[in-house]
Amino acid sequence: MSVAGRDIAAKEIAVEVRGLDIAVHEASGNRIPIVRDISFAIPRGEVLALIGESGSGKTTIALALMGYSRFGADIAADVIRVGDMRIDKMSRSELTRVRGRRVSYIAQSAASGFNPSRTILSQVIEPLLVHRLADRKTAEARAVELFASLALPSPETIGSRYPHQVSGGQLQRVMVAMALITEPELVILDEPTTALDVTTQVEVLKTIKLAMKQSGATAIYVSHDLAVVAQVADRIAVLKDGTMCEEGSVEQILNAPASEYTRSLMAAAQPEARPDAQAAPDNVLTVSSITAGYGRIRDGMPAKPVLRDVSFSIRRGAALGVIGESGSGKSTLARVIAGLLPAAQGDVMLGDEVLPRAMARRSREQLRRVQIVFQHADTALNPAQTVREILARPLAFYHGLKGPAADARVAELLDLIQLPTDVLARRSSELSGGQKQRVNLARALAAEPDVLICDEVTSALDTVVAAAILDLIDDLRRNLGIATIFISHDISNAHAFCDDLLVLYAGSVVELVSRARFSEGLHHPYTRLLVDSVPEMDTGWLARRSAADAPAIARDAISPALCPFLPRCSQAIVGACDTEWPPRRERDGQSILCHRDWGELRPSGHGVQGRTTVMS
Amino acid sequence: MTGRIFAALRTLPASGRIGLALVILWLLIAALGPVIAPHSPGAFVDESVFSGMSRELWLGTDYLGRDVLSRLLWGARYTVFLALGAAMLAVVTGTSLALVAAIRGGWIDEVLSRSMDTLTSIPSKIFALVLVAAFGSSLVLLLVIMAVIYVPGNFRIARALAVNLISLDFVQVARARGEGTAYIAWREILPNMIHPLMADMGLRFVFVVLLLSGLSFLGLGVQPPLADLGSLVRENISGLSEGASAIIVPAIAIATLTVGANLLIDALKPGARS
Repeated sequence: MSVAGRDIAAKEIAVEVRGLDIAVHEASGNRIPIVRDISFAIPRGEVLALIGESGSGKTTIALALMGYSRFGADIAADVIRVGDMRIDKMSRSELTRVRGRRVSYIAQSAASGFNPSRTILSQVIEPLLVHRLADRKTAEARAVELFASLALPSPETIGSRYPHQVSGGQLQRVMVAMALITEPELVILDEPTTALDVTTQVEVLKTIKLAMKQSGATAIYVSHDLAVVAQVADRIAVLKDGTMCEEGSVEQILNAPASEYTRSLMAAAQPEARPDAQAAPDNVLTVSSITAGYGRIRDGMPAKPVLRDVSFSIRRGAALGVIGESGSGKSTLARVIAGLLPAAQGDVMLGDEVLPRAMARRSREQLRRVQIVFQHADTALNPAQTVREILARPLAFYHGLKGPAADARVAELLDLIQLPTDVLARRSSELSGGQKQRVNLARALAAEPDVLICDEVTSALDTVVAAAILDLIDDLRRNLGIATIFISHDISNAHAFCDDLLVLYAGSVVELVSRARFSEGLHHPYTRLLVDSVPEMDTGWLARRSAADAPAIARDAISPALCPFLPRCSQAIVGACDTEWPPRRERDGQSILCHRDWGELRPSGHGVQGRTTVMS
Repeated sequence: MTGRIFAALRTLPASGRIGLALVILWLLIAALGPVIAPHSPGAFVDESVFSGMSRELWLGTDYLGRDVLSRLLWGARYTVFLALGAAMLAVVTGTSLALVAAIRGGWIDEVLSRSMDTLTSIPSKIFALVLVAAFGSSLVLLLVIMAVIYVPGNFRIARALAVNLISLDFVQVARARGEGTAYIAWREILPNMIHPLMADMGLRFVFVVLLLSGLSFLGLGVQPPLADLGSLVRENISGLSEGASAIIVPAIAIATLTVGANLLIDALKPGARS
């Protein structure tokens, strides 16, 4: 039962896969292989990570271990073994008894994995009841134990809540509890932290790692993020286009990757700092004291304020990074600048010209000068239009270009975004994710804007593709002198890419810092938490991170008159932070919103190291 | 375009092909019926009423001794073209209003949506009865009445489709560019809802055929000497006890037309193809 020539041959092999092929059959009878000749073995209690881009077959392989395939694809293998079970030899009804009991699965989005109309507890104990492994009372007791070991708040009572009543990170941990409750031999975790904010991800990773160790289950961890995997896995298998590039221990893959592809993955995950932009000194866009939100506006305050007193300016050709977690108001800021959401207070100025707040009152020329590139390239392109139609419209609309002149300009735009001319006749469904985002970008460039707002343009893309898009945007803004607002949740990327960083927390600018000050580090406690939460490609990072000072326990009620970060701040001052709104402290090239003075705050390491590795 | 239609036909399941054949058959009959009919629809061709099928008169005679085949070939055009016209009118009106409601939103949406709800709340047959009683039956009035009856259903569906599409980023992009309502409706939204709308129009067509036949059966639809399929059933009702072909044939005609249209619509629905 050993896999020849492996360093793991001595240990007991809990999961073994040999010669796995998965193929789909087209209606025309063609057989298209999507996974080819995959073999691996996992010793009992260890975690194997499957790493790869979307379409590399990582989830497909993981699901094959439950004998399950999507889209009616068929699975062929010499051996698929979990413990003493030959998954590849099992009938459908035998598989039903295995799934959720001896092999369990944790999906990427816990939010869509739970039934919103049933309590958490009733869903967590369901696997035990369905497989008749325990009565309700024992099952509930077991669930509460798991909740406690997963560090969920008030484990005794959290089960009576409904899925929408707990946070995303908590729900993901509840999902882990559901997977572990039957004490399965194999747990499949499919990108369990990808949808989470980086600060939440750390907490979930910690508890997942601990819970896996305690339960002694063998696990497969599917992810696209090498740095995350470095924290939780024992071994890594790198996949590309359905084949395995290499497999080895985490240390070996991170320190001495054998395949070219692994090296390119690692390089793409570590953004290189760009040189200073030769930005002109004049401000092209100035945002002053913007307050905006949703619902009826009364006395200049919307019913649901999202942004509070946001001010910044950006020079021609410069890049400003707007950083924040989900719900911090970064997309709202983009919508306010574009006029899609009129601000309740404050002004957006383009050069010396104050823009009307509502889009409908802006002139076509004013609209042309500010362009947005939306996050989801999939929905930002009209599926009924060809690339040619999509690119030609802004040319006709803003510049009155038609016929051969428009065709020539479309060709120029394609050149700019480095796509071949044969994409012109295609519709968005016939483009890859990266191509879609390039077309999306070209449409914005067609307007010849002064300000380009990029709203999370790379977050839906694979690392390698995303890095290429970032390079492209960087080149374009330098060559064309376009001021770029780069909205992102990824501080390490933004730090490498931008001249100025603006950190939003709950709609307030907590830190604004320019590149000249980067070397002195970022100061606000929230910015520090963000920087510290970015996983590094180093197996010891999570352990070190756990030892770092944890944020203070969340206080439930928070007044809008106090610092929004107070409930999570580890450096709050009693008598100041809990009584009044923090002052804005300014010095040359940097400002923070904090009661603590510069000297009292520990800046983040040496600026943001991003994903520093042990490779060097 | 033609290439895509042929490609779609090739992937049509068997039920869809049967539906398509029936629909084409009825469209041909409606268009060419008067040309191929052996007799005039009003001509008395036989002494005996409700005579059975024979070599000379394939489908027998009706309650006055007229040729059933000729009356059917002449009558089909009222049913098919009235229904087609009413369905198209309903879909064009309903979808236009729905797009305005969805894009403009606010009070415009509110007024339009509630007006449609009001229309829906009136039972369709009674609505038609009252209007026919008030204005007298004419082909144009029938067309308008049936269109009005089926506007709200189409409005609901089209509005729901449009509201979903409007929330997508490409519509936001068009808005941020400064495009007007007409461009957004016509170029950004409509092309993306054309498939479900075509299916809906097919469904409306079936409903109109049934409503029209029902009205004619009640004597409120197409008036003599003209006769649509529903009137043919009604005028020959006395032959029912004898099992006369004069009543069975038009009934079968209505059934094949509606079933055929239904089969075709189901087969064209996205995802119906394997």
